[in-house]
Amino acid sequence: MSDKKKLMDKSEMMEGGVAPGGSMSKLNTGSWRSQVPLTDFDECIHCMQCWIFCPDCAITIKDGKKVGTNMQYCKGCGICATECPVDCIHMKPVEDVSQEEFDAEDTSKE
Amino acid sequence: MPERMALTGNDAGAQALKQLNPDVVAAFPITPQTDMMHTFAGYVADGEVDTEFVRVESEHSAMSAVVGASLSGARACTATSSAGLALMWEILYVAASCRCPLLMPVVNRALSAPINIHCDHSDSMGARDAGWIQLYAENCQEAYDNAIQAVRVAEHPDVRLPTMVPLDGFILSHTMEGLEVNDEADVKDFVGEYEPDGTLLDVDDPETFGMFALPNYYYEFKKQQVDAMQNALDVIKQVGEEYGEMTGRSYGLVEGYRTDDADVVLTGLGSTMGTAKQAADDLRKDEGIKAGVAKIRCFRPFPTDALNEVLDGSSIIGVMDRSVSFGLGGPLFHEIRSHRYGSDIPMKNFIYGLGGRDLSLDEAKDIFRKLAEAEASGELGPELEYLQVRE
Repeated sequence: MSDKKKLMDKSEMMEGGVAPGGSMSKLNTGSWRSQVPLTDFDECIHCMQCWIFCPDCAITIKDGKKVGTNMQYCKGCGICATECPVDCIHMKPVEDVSQEEFDAEDTSKE
Repeated sequence: MPERMALTGNDAGAQALKQLNPDVVAAFPITPQTDMMHTFAGYVADGEVDTEFVRVESEHSAMSAVVGASLSGARACTATSSAGLALMWEILYVAASCRCPLLMPVVNRALSAPINIHCDHSDSMGARDAGWIQLYAENCQEAYDNAIQAVRVAEHPDVRLPTMVPLDGFILSHTMEGLEVNDEADVKDFVGEYEPDGTLLDVDDPETFGMFALPNYYYEFKKQQVDAMQNALDVIKQVGEEYGEMTGRSYGLVEGYRTDDADVVLTGLGSTMGTAKQAADDLRKDEGIKAGVAKIRCFRPFPTDALNEVLDGSSIIGVMDRSVSFGLGGPLFHEIRSHRYGSDIPMKNFIYGLGGRDLSLDEAKDIFRKLAEAEASGELGPELEYLQVRE
């Protein structure tokens, strides 16, 4: 729909609405976010419930511990916050989140 | 007092429903219809209507619920789009053949796959054989007006058929326009009370609904539906005239826009006819092309005489199809041509706008120019053209 990018012709497209694997990983679905999950890592018990429930696989785990959320994909749905058994994830409106808070949570640059 | 309001197509639909105050509405969300039912649900929650609002688990259930409600004597409505309409497919036929005078706005959206949420007519076109009346809207005012008239048409004793009121997804549903909203009392007066013949809940004079029929009976029931559809042509015109007396906006089966002296005529359904009207105006003024538009409002029943009256004076006709019947071409083109059998006025079919691909004013003008050229040169080119597609 944008004239900036050249669109494929029918002859260049795979039939049946099939796309190359990993296509979705290129999308910045984080741009849809209107609220941001912020994890209190002092309270987090690393139970992985947020990771299991996240519809966008946006929770980042390292060495068996939650280290943050990938803001390229996180749509701000709040399911992680709802499912957290110790209520250590808080959803904050985008406009109220400081760059510092955001960077502390965001793992997308790693 | 009628009021001038700025409403989206979805809001207009919700507004019509609010004023109609149906007994039962069953709802399931689907983009781009969702807002209509969502807004209406707000009216329910705020006590502005008396409607029994049933939140069902699927569109198949939505249609089933309103069929049941209708047969129980309720004035019942639902709304959907695309895959939602497709999911209702089985029950669409039941609704029509059980003669339930339902109202259903259909916010036109392309069918999957691939998943596409934007406008084309594949959904309502795919239901053209189900036995529903179909009244298409060019703009939000018409979406609102059609919904109100649809109740009178559907419930008319000579008709008693469910009525679909399609409006283009996003183009109308999510676009705000200035429209005139009727005085609520006038709307209620216009549609009156629903007076069904018999109902499921009548225990004093019980009747059986939804029976089984063997080959020795089924066909006659279908012929009754055929007859009702035939009656609907006059009823739609009468209701449209009466509506005009109430509001100053009358409606018919087909609107001929500058077709009296037109050489080149485009015909089709929905909002694109609005674009075509503007293109016709511009071309007449700027290029001396005598362009006209035959806007089809009533697609089912097929308005043969009304359409031919408007098309017969032209020199060439372009039929705009916003859907494709795979293996056939444009469904509207084929219907129109078969109803013009014997006419030697050349016709061309243009398939456009699938999956919401926009047809700009300039593109509409190009189509008129193309037709004008074809007519002048006598070289029609291919009968069917797929516009805008990147080969």
